[in-house]
Formats: sequence, structure tokens, C-alpha cells
Amino acid sequence: MWPSGGIIDTAMPDYFGLTEYFTKVLHGKSYGGQTDLARYDTYYYQEEAAMIMMEDICKSYHVAKRTGGFKEACRTLFHREYETIRALDHVSFTIEDGEMVGYIGPNGAGKSSTIKILSGILTPEEGTCTVDGKVPWKDRVSYVKDIGVVFGQRTQLWWDVPVIDSYELLKDIYKIPKETYHNHLEELVSLLNLGELLKTPARQLSLGQRMRCEIAASLLHGPKLLFLDEPTIGLDAVSKLAVREFILRQNRDHGTTVILTTHDMQDIEALTHRIILIGKGRVLMDGNLNQIKRGTGSIDETVAELYRSYEIAEVGS
Amino acid sequence: MKKYLSFFRLRFLMNLQYRTAAWAGIATQFVWGGLEIAVFGAFYKTQPEQFPMTFQATVNYIWLQQAFLALFAAWILENEIFESIRDGNIAYEMCRPLHIYPMLFARGLAVRVSRAVLRCFPVLLFAVVLPGPYGVSAPESAEALCLFFITMILGALVTVAFGTLIYVSAFFTISAQGLRLMVTCVMDFFNGAIIPLPFFPDKVRAVMELLPFAAMQNVPLRVYSGDLAGREALRAATLQIFWLFVLAGAGQLLMKRAEQKVRIQGG
Repeated sequence: MWPSGGIIDTAMPDYFGLTEYFTKVLHGKSYGGQTDLARYDTYYYQEEAAMIMMEDICKSYHVAKRTGGFKEACRTLFHREYETIRALDHVSFTIEDGEMVGYIGPNGAGKSSTIKILSGILTPEEGTCTVDGKVPWKDRVSYVKDIGVVFGQRTQLWWDVPVIDSYELLKDIYKIPKETYHNHLEELVSLLNLGELLKTPARQLSLGQRMRCEIAASLLHGPKLLFLDEPTIGLDAVSKLAVREFILRQNRDHGTTVILTTHDMQDIEALTHRIILIGKGRVLMDGNLNQIKRGTGSIDETVAELYRSYEIAEVGS
Repeated sequence: MKKYLSFFRLRFLMNLQYRTAAWAGIATQFVWGGLEIAVFGAFYKTQPEQFPMTFQATVNYIWLQQAFLALFAAWILENEIFESIRDGNIAYEMCRPLHIYPMLFARGLAVRVSRAVLRCFPVLLFAVVLPGPYGVSAPESAEALCLFFITMILGALVTVAFGTLIYVSAFFTISAQGLRLMVTCVMDFFNGAIIPLPFFPDKVRAVMELLPFAAMQNVPLRVYSGDLAGREALRAATLQIFWLFVLAGAGQLLMKRAEQKVRIQGG
């Protein structure tokens, strides 16, 4: 029912400039000599390599299973059954520097697992992945310097102390030079309207205020790459708009590459041109909003329809 | 290094703001110390020569233990850390350029030192003013006082290293409650928190003194009154250093394994 071809099967772009490279090797005597070729190679790598390259990433979890009831509970004391769940099943995609991508899918599709792999805290079983030329889960500590992560459902601020104390700690953790820190902080405070909030302990902030502080915390070190895992969850209309506006500016003014997972389709509509749809651990679609829009249905209806057509919705079809 | 110091600083400052808790703690320590001394006093009255430590040494042990309780008490572990491991908030720390083990160690140390700094002075002052054998006496010698401070630092570090090991093991279990309860009981018994180690039967004591638990408060509290001195004291201090390296090494290794294997809970 849904036209799946066309959208998925996008031709692989020539990211490495490989074609051109081989053309030069085959024809060009002008590039003769190893050193020149090597230089040419690095040149193209730096110029053309994508920000994020994921290829055939697989990750599965063991989940303990039992049916309810006393008898069953006793039985599992001695014998436990596990079920293997494929959270990610050969996931591949490429994201360019400065792109803003919406990563969507129903609950349990594998979005968070992907974010965790990209942020270096989860090691996949199979597949390769490079982000800005580095493998996230190898040498986690040096990799994460250049990324920022916001987990909408978690908090990174210290509960009992003013927000600014958490920021000062981050300054030391990321070894942000004093001047850079003050510049970034100033900018974030004015854009996200944090002013008074900085002196307030995190526990006394409303959800919307806290989320603004969280986002600022993830950007203090000026990361090239920002992962937002449901950044607008539970926010009121005003806060949502503020957060969206800020993300747009961040992308436009600093060229920050942004990957956004969300269930709020208005987020997607407002922020991203490109959408990657994932379901049951597979990439089902990689395209843009116009490609999935049909008729006059609202964006939510469109996406619900899309989920149903791929049979990945968890409730009713 | 600076980032871990910052963790220490923040955790330290945070603890200083809980004033009510500090006052409550101090009151508890007075009552507890007095009670213990009354009980030991009653025993000493019947047959003082039967005891392995002089009454004054025991009283010193008890008051110093109460004053520096926060440095050595087994139960001082941060719920917040267990929580963040259980619900996955630790994910945030893991996407930062820092190593988890030293971070946990710095936080553990900060909690203990900040508590101790807030509470030790009133108790010490009170114990010094108390008359006769019921108050703290002067240290055995200048060397004893020196060794007391050194072994106190080492003892606190060993205690923190052990606590950090418990945090790290929480990465492998869904809930660390059971482990925590069991370990604190064992620790209290074997480290001399309930009864000083010299009061145990000789054969049992010989084994107990080799365990990591004996490398915690047991050493400084006995060094102060000269109950542990000379060669024996040096041996005890060496054991402290040994256990510090073993526990910290084991913790680091376990943390490395945890980072590779463990997944973060929750969506």
C-alpha cells in the first residue's frame, strides 16, 4: 500500500570522492609519486567524509521472560528463560556535517539504542560506525569531548545545588578555557533566557525551565554534534517553541549537526528536512517530510499511517 | 585530575549545606560515645587486668571513633549514586570525557571528609574537656600523633576504595540493596566499629588483622594511645597501603568490565 521503493533505495553518494580518486590514479601521470597520492587521499577524506557513518549496526538484548503467577515465579527461581530481542538489525545511514536529522519511530523501535551507540556508551555486536572519523565506543573518553547529548527523560544537573555549580563542574570536566566558557554561557543564557535560573537549585525548577538548563549544559563545551533524545517531552507550548527556536539557531549559527529523536511530529516539522524512520530495529525510510505527506491529513495522522503501513505500530493496525 | 577535584569540591560544598543533619549527627555521637564508655566502664570495674587494652586507650578509641565516624562508618554510601546506576542516569556521566571510577572515588571521599569536618570538632572538644579516664587523653607520643594522622588518611582511603567497589558492583546487579546491607554488616563487625579488634580471641584476631577491614579505622584509633606501636604499627600501615592498591585496582578493573558489558537501563 505504501510506496516503499524509491524512498529507501537512494543511491549511495560519492562521499569519499572515490570515483574521482580512481580516475586520477588510472589516468593522471600528473599525480605520480606516492606522497602526492597520499596527500590527495587525506585531502578528500577530510573534505568529503560524512559526519556520521553507520553501517550494518546490530545490537540485541537478553530479556528475562516469565508469565505471571506464583507457580511460574517459583519455577524461574531455578530455571530462567531469556528471549533475545534484536534492538538494532543492520542499521545503516550517513549524516553530513551540519545536517539536522529527525530520527523517528514508534516506542521500542531502537531509537535510544542508536543514540547510546553514537554517544559511545553502548557497544554494538556487529557493524561499523565512525563519527567525525572516530569510533564512538573505542576510547570513549576522548571521543565524547566533541559531542553533546540531551536525554529528555533524565537529568544531568545536580539536584541540590544552583544550576551554575553544575555548569562550573562541566567547565572543568570538559576543560573549557575560561573565556570560551564565559562566551558560551553568555550566549546560552540570553538565547534560552536562563538569567535568574542559574542561581536556583535544580530541584526547584519547573520541567520547562529545567529542560532549558539541560540543553545549555550539553552545549557549554561547544560540541560539533548534538544528540537530542526527546528534548521536548512534557513541555508546554511556550517552552517547546523556545527550545525549537534555539535548536534551529544553534544549527544555523554554529553549523552544529543535530540528531533529534522525538514523538512530537511538530518538532520534526519545525526542525528537520530529513527524516530517518526506524521500526523493529531496521531503517525503513530515509527521506523527507514531503515524501511521506499525503493529502491533507495532519502530520500525526500521516506518521501513524506510515507506522501502520510498515506494521511497526505497537497498538492496533 | 582537576575534573575529579571539581567533583570533590561540588560534593563537599553540597554536603556543607545540610546543617540540621550535622547537628543531629553530633548529638547522636555524644550519646552513643557516652553509652559505650559507660558499658565498657562497667566491665573494666570488675576485672581491669583481663582486658587487652587499658581503659584509657579504650576511651580514646571510642571518642576518636565517634568524632571521625563519617570517615570510617560502613553505611555512608550515596543513595544518589545507586539510584543513578539503577535508573540509568549514570548515562550522562558516561557521555562525558571522564573516567567513572575516579569520579566515584572522589565523590565518596568528598562525602566522608565533608561530614567529618562538620562534626569532628564539637565531639573532640567535649571529649577533651571531660575529666579523668572518661575523656580523651593526650596522644602517647609525638610520633604516635604523626602516625595517627597518616594512618587515618590511609584508613579513610581504604574505606572509600571499598565503598567504590560496592558502587561498581551495582552495575552488575539490578538492585544493590542486598549486597549493600550484607557488606555493611560484615564491615562493621570486622573493622572494629562494634568492638575493637584486640577484644577478639587471639586466633580469630590474627586472621582479622590481615583482612582489608582491619586496614580502616582499626589502625589509627589504636595508634593514638600507643596500643599499636613500633614494628606492629608499621606493619599495619603497610597493610593499609597494600589493601588500598588492591581494592582500587580491583575497582578499576571491574569498572572497565562494566563499561564494556553493561547496558544502561531505561529508554
